[in-house]
Amino acid sequence: MIQVTADEIDAAQLKHALSNPGAGGFCTFEGWVRNENEGREVERLEYEAYEPLVISEGEKVLAEARSRYPYLEARCVHRTGLLEIGDLAVWVGVASAHRDEAFKACRYIIDELKVRLPIWKKEHYVVGESGWVNCERCAEHSQQ
Amino acid sequence: MSDSAKAITVRYFAMFREHAGLGEETLSLNVATAKDVFEQTRHRHGSDEPNGHCKVAINDEMADWSSPVADGDTVLLFPPVAGG
Repeated sequence: MIQVTADEIDAAQLKHALSNPGAGGFCTFEGWVRNENEGREVERLEYEAYEPLVISEGEKVLAEARSRYPYLEARCVHRTGLLEIGDLAVWVGVASAHRDEAFKACRYIIDELKVRLPIWKKEHYVVGESGWVNCERCAEHSQQ
Repeated sequence: MSDSAKAITVRYFAMFREHAGLGEETLSLNVATAKDVFEQTRHRHGSDEPNGHCKVAINDEMADWSSPVADGDTVLLFPPVAGG
């Protein structure tokens, strides 16, 4: 299951929801808001998502991960809105019979999520400016 | 394929929305493909080149730039994504 939420992510509750008696391994990835990017001091981040396609594409990613690394349970939650330094922006959890599938499926899910789902991140800098991550590079690229 | 004028609803996201100053508009466009829509709305979203970075969806389904667009379609223009 994949979700988008404007509310704080409750990692403990998510972990509990993935309980499975057949699971011998559980792996999570948490993406946190960092105070720096490419040499610029970041004050906060703003996430925008287009939820209908985050859900449909995200479910495809979870299904791909399951076919490659058969797991028992998986869940992913991504925040939207304004986030402060240290906030939890994305949470991925995978429970599987053995650790190898949990590690690999978790890695697959977060890697694909970052490049495929319609989610955008705007950095608000300490100096007062702001910029869309990657989008600025796209604009630079397009002018070359 | 016909390229006569079609009513296309174009949706802009993130950087594109800020550049356009609006999130959505319905335009009468002489277009055959999603790429035609991208190019004909360039003055709105401000990006020159979709390939490799930007993505497109038609009626809430991910699409290719070569995908055909029909009268009444909604075309969603996505700048490069940056989740996580």
